[in-house]
Amino acid sequence: MTEPITLNVNGMDYSVDVDTGRNLLGVLRTEIGLTGTKEGCDDSECGACMVLLDGQPVNSCSYLAMQAQGRSVTTIEGVMSADGLDALQRSLLEEGGVQCGFCTPGMIMSAHALLDHNPSPTEEEIRIGLSGNLCRCTGYAKILAAVTRVASDD
Amino acid sequence: MSFTIAESVDEALAALAAGARPVAGGTDLVVGTRQGKADLPPSLVAIDRIEELDHIESGEHGTRIGATVTHSRLTVEPTIVSDYTALADAAALVGSPSTRNIGTLGGNIMNASPAMDTGAPLMVLGAVVQLRSAGGSRAVELSDLWTGPGQTSATADELCVAIEIPSRPERSGSAYVRLEYRRAMEIAVVGAAASVTLADDGTIVDGAVALTAVAPTIIEVGSAGTSMTGLLPDAAAAVIASAASDVARPISDLRGSESYRRHTVGVMATRAVDAAARRAAGEEISVPVNRAIGVGASR
Repeated sequence: MTEPITLNVNGMDYSVDVDTGRNLLGVLRTEIGLTGTKEGCDDSECGACMVLLDGQPVNSCSYLAMQAQGRSVTTIEGVMSADGLDALQRSLLEEGGVQCGFCTPGMIMSAHALLDHNPSPTEEEIRIGLSGNLCRCTGYAKILAAVTRVASDD
Repeated sequence: MSFTIAESVDEALAALAAGARPVAGGTDLVVGTRQGKADLPPSLVAIDRIEELDHIESGEHGTRIGATVTHSRLTVEPTIVSDYTALADAAALVGSPSTRNIGTLGGNIMNASPAMDTGAPLMVLGAVVQLRSAGGSRAVELSDLWTGPGQTSATADELCVAIEIPSRPERSGSAYVRLEYRRAMEIAVVGAAASVTLADDGTIVDGAVALTAVAPTIIEVGSAGTSMTGLLPDAAAAVIASAASDVARPISDLRGSESYRRHTVGVMATRAVDAAARRAAGEEISVPVNRAIGVGASR
């Protein structure tokens, strides 16, 4: 059974008909067309599907779209600034923290949530902040360096 | 499938009476449907916007934690960190930051996994669960709540609305430690919680120990209180290992054999008693103990 709902994503309201059991990830990608958010494990393990819900990171694969009504959803498409890539995106490129890129949107969303709430995290706090995101390419060192660099620049 | 968002407890209870199942963060419910455990229930009522369920209140007799308080909040709430530290230790180990942000204490308890992290701490702290239905309310001891893996004694029309923990005596401390193979998105291989109260001479006057992932439910080491009383913490930590291993009834699976779990749960119990006693004596051990003193997975 589908129901018409409104979801606020990256500051815009989208009216969509969703199956009431559908996850937020599927609605973002298929109904709204924002494909930056990825499906990895579909099991809350890998973090590729990470979005912000009212500013907090949430695995969108394991969150019902119906529950996002009235909340503010931010995806990777919502973090770019008017003049292009944001600081975290640039830093990941410059530090070489991207290889295949599949984990990168989720990684950036978790890092954003961390830095929004704690602009000067310790290395341990960065590790914990990114602990719900798996990367199978980089070995994490360059991702950690990229986030550390943005934190130190603030 | 029908889905409603409840604004009040009464609204949620009416939905439950009509056959709906509750969802708060959905971290167990939604993932469970994809692991083939069960389909989503045909009717769901979301309880995560009910303000009454989202409070932590402390008074002379103890603290009442609303069912939808998240794990993240438990790790930073001053009363929980200072008085019920084992619960903060456990909440800080659940899943990942995203799981902790939307996963709730009530959800963890009512999901009734024998490997739940918050269960053993609540048991040693003497917590009671408040259940409410359209017909009334009742308080249930944790030992009466969990009846098996994923099973509780709550009826389908009852909602967990709060968890109540009595206030702690002076010179009390608690801790939760678990064996883990990785530092995030992990489920306890085994775990142990301890609460300890010390006399002025440093001996234990009261204590409790409960175990994670070694039985169909979280279990208490029934002999812990009497066997530790009168002992100094080091001696108590030593005797609790065999007591914990003796009551454990673990299974063998991918994450650990029966004999490995039986042995390591004793080690976890020893470390939990040690950390709880050090906290009771006034030592600051940061939350979670697993990270502070290096129990479980190393980096």
